[in-house]
Order: sequence, then structure tokens, then C-alpha cells
Amino acid sequence: MTDQQTFSLDGKSIAFEDGDTIMDAALRSGEYIPHLCHNPEFKPHGSCRVCIVNVNGRHVSSCTFPASQDLKVESNTAEIKQKRQSLLQMLFVEGNHVCPGCEKSGACQLQAVAYYCDMLSPHFTHFFPRREVDASHHDFLIDYNRCIVCELCVRASNDVDGKQVFSIQQRGIQRHLAVNSDSGRLGDTSFSKTDKAAHVCPVGAILPKDIGYNQPIGHRLYDRQPISQVGDVAANDKTLQEEDTPHG
Amino acid sequence: MADINNLKNKLEKTRPEKIKLATTSLCGCFGCHMSFLDIDERILQLVELVEFDRSPINDIKKVGPCDIGIIEGGVANAENVEVLQEFRKNCKTLVALGACAVNGGIPAMRNQFELKECLEEAYINGVGIENPMIPSDPEIPLLLNKVHPIHEVVKVDYFLPGCPPSGDTIWTFLTELIEGRPISFPYEQIHYD
Repeated sequence: MTDQQTFSLDGKSIAFEDGDTIMDAALRSGEYIPHLCHNPEFKPHGSCRVCIVNVNGRHVSSCTFPASQDLKVESNTAEIKQKRQSLLQMLFVEGNHVCPGCEKSGACQLQAVAYYCDMLSPHFTHFFPRREVDASHHDFLIDYNRCIVCELCVRASNDVDGKQVFSIQQRGIQRHLAVNSDSGRLGDTSFSKTDKAAHVCPVGAILPKDIGYNQPIGHRLYDRQPISQVGDVAANDKTLQEEDTPHG
Repeated sequence: MADINNLKNKLEKTRPEKIKLATTSLCGCFGCHMSFLDIDERILQLVELVEFDRSPINDIKKVGPCDIGIIEGGVANAENVEVLQEFRKNCKTLVALGACAVNGGIPAMRNQFELKECLEEAYINGVGIENPMIPSDPEIPLLLNKVHPIHEVVKVDYFLPGCPPSGDTIWTFLTELIEGRPISFPYEQIHYD
């Protein structure tokens, strides 16, 4: 164990390997750092900034910052928690996140991370943007009101499914998810329920049809335990494995 | 949970009068007030500590000087604005109770449409409407163009999310607030739905 590389995360020693980000090493050691656009199966994106940590006095996103020997990383501090709350509050007010009216509620990563960060109010002034719902596909719907532009569906469709069903259009506050078809509708693409892109959305933006509210309140993913113990939405989605299993 | 008798004795030493509590529902469904009543028999302990001012529970219509004001519902019409401002003026501590007060909630889904479209759908073009006309009696408060969470109109001191927040959440909050302790909730007591 002489050449084991480590850095410190909130005073704990975290082992890492060459090429690891802070997030990679932390997750492998069972230390939770809140995140939304990060999914260990995909190349880090660093866009939601919720995984912000303080490294040797600088604020960085832990999903993109390379681990290195003797870094001093602070994650669970009042200052970082406040920053995460503000980032989450901005995500909530710039979309239309009507939790009481959302099928994903209780199993939504945006909610769960906000619970973890003790967010009790949206604090900022709501944008109440006008956005569409696309229900043109047979098995899935897209509710753009809830999209947080994490690009996980874009990455999954490009990198895993090889379909390029999704893309991001425009910039700044106009930046939004778009569907690559002439009509702009999901029903006019080759998107399928067995696509990886159908099972990575952390919020209620890309939702399977016909199974809404099948989990009673109290039994949903994050009803009893925080996300730090339960894990991400995508990691808990067993649909793809079940469909791969032949049924007798 | 607070020991109510100890708390009562402590409060009686420091202040001659009971804590005054007012509640109201603006653009809400009264679900949060129903949830408030879900504290069940603990309401008997609560009235040992507090005296209710304006509230749908006692039907007092005007809010007077209070220690705590609890607001259910968002701000959707001119009367909501007036009542909310009256509460803010009279209450030392103002609390947003439930999803609608916190972020507009379900009523704020009408913000996706022009007010005119909403009124026309409800009173003119909707299914089964007889004698179509948009109500304009001066007694009816005018609707705002959009539904707003209450913190967009007045300063709010505490937020309790939930649709509704559970009776236990409300009980935790009130006892800790009255006791003057830092307010914290068990994990299951905070949810946005």
C-alpha cells in the first residue's frame, strides 16, 4: 500500500486511480456528492454544477475535476450546501416543476437532490415558461416543462444507441432539448423503449406511458431514504435488464 | 417532540399572553388546513400554547396583531394580494404552508395560458355551458394575469413544502418554532408533493 494515491474529502482519505475524477473516486468509496447531469456510465459533462466542491480554495465541479494526490476537497460544508441550494432553486424556477402533478414525483432525482440539500423554497422569482408536451410516440412522452438540459438522453442516444434522436438547440436561457426529426416530434424518430436514452432521464421529462403512479406514495424510490443511500434514478431503473431476460 | 407542559410553563414565565396564531387560505384547496387538522388531538396541546386569531378554523374574518401567520395557497387575485399584505403587516413571522404558497402549485399551471384563454375556456367555450358570459360582478375579486407564490409578493420567513405538508410536518415546525429551537425535519417529513 505504499504507492496508494489519496486525496481528502471532508477530512476523509479517498483512494483514487490514474484518470479518476473526484466524483469517480468518491462514488467508488461510497461517498455521495450530489449530482444531476453526471451518470458514471457516460462521459462527464460538468454542466449542472450541483456537484460543486471546494478544492484547495477553488470551486470546481467534482465530476470533471481530475483527482490528484493530497487534494483538499470540501463537499459537506455550509458554504457548498448554500451554493448547491441556489443552483437547484434556479433549476426549479426556470422550468415548470409541478411536483404534485408529476408522475415522476417521489422517484425524481431533481427532487431527491433538493431534499438532500435541504431546499425548502424556490427562493427566486419563477419564470413560468411556456413549453410543450410531446405525446406523439407510442410508448414514451416528453414533457419539456421538466427538462433540466442535463443532456443525458442526448449522450445516451449518440454514444450507446447510435441514433442521435436528441440534440440541444440555441444558447443561454433559450437552450433547450430538441428532437431530431423533420416534425420535431418523438413519434417521427426511431426512438424505442429499449433505447438507453429512454432510461437515463433524471427527472420527469422523458416518461414511459401507461405506468404512471403505479408505485403508491410511501413506496417510491426516495420516499423513505435519501438519495445518498438509494442512488441515482438511472441506477435504479431495472427495465432494460428485465426486458433482456427471456420470459418462460 | 416538545414536552408541552414544560413549554407552557416556560412561556408563561417569559410572556403574559399566549402566542397568537393566524391562518388563511388564498388560492389553495384547503388541503393544507385539513392537514393542519391532521395533528388530531395534539390541537388540544397547541391551544394550551397559542390563541387562534383569524383562521378558517374559528371563522374570524380580520387578522389582528399576531406572532405567527400561516398562509396556504398562492396569489391568484386582488383579494389574495390584500389578505396576504394584511397578514404580513400583522404577523411577526410569516409561513408559506404547502406547494401553492411555496411555488404556486397546481393553480399556477394556468400560467401556461393567457388569462383571457382561461376565462373563455371556463365560461364561454367549455363543454355544457349555458348562457355563456365572463363574470364581471364587482363583488368578485379580479384575477391576476398569473398565479404567484407568496414570496413574490411579500417577505416570507419560513417555507413548508408539500401537497399538503403532513400533520406531523406542521407539528414539528410549530413546536420547534414556538420553542425557539432551530427547525429541522426528519427525512420523511419533507416532500414537494
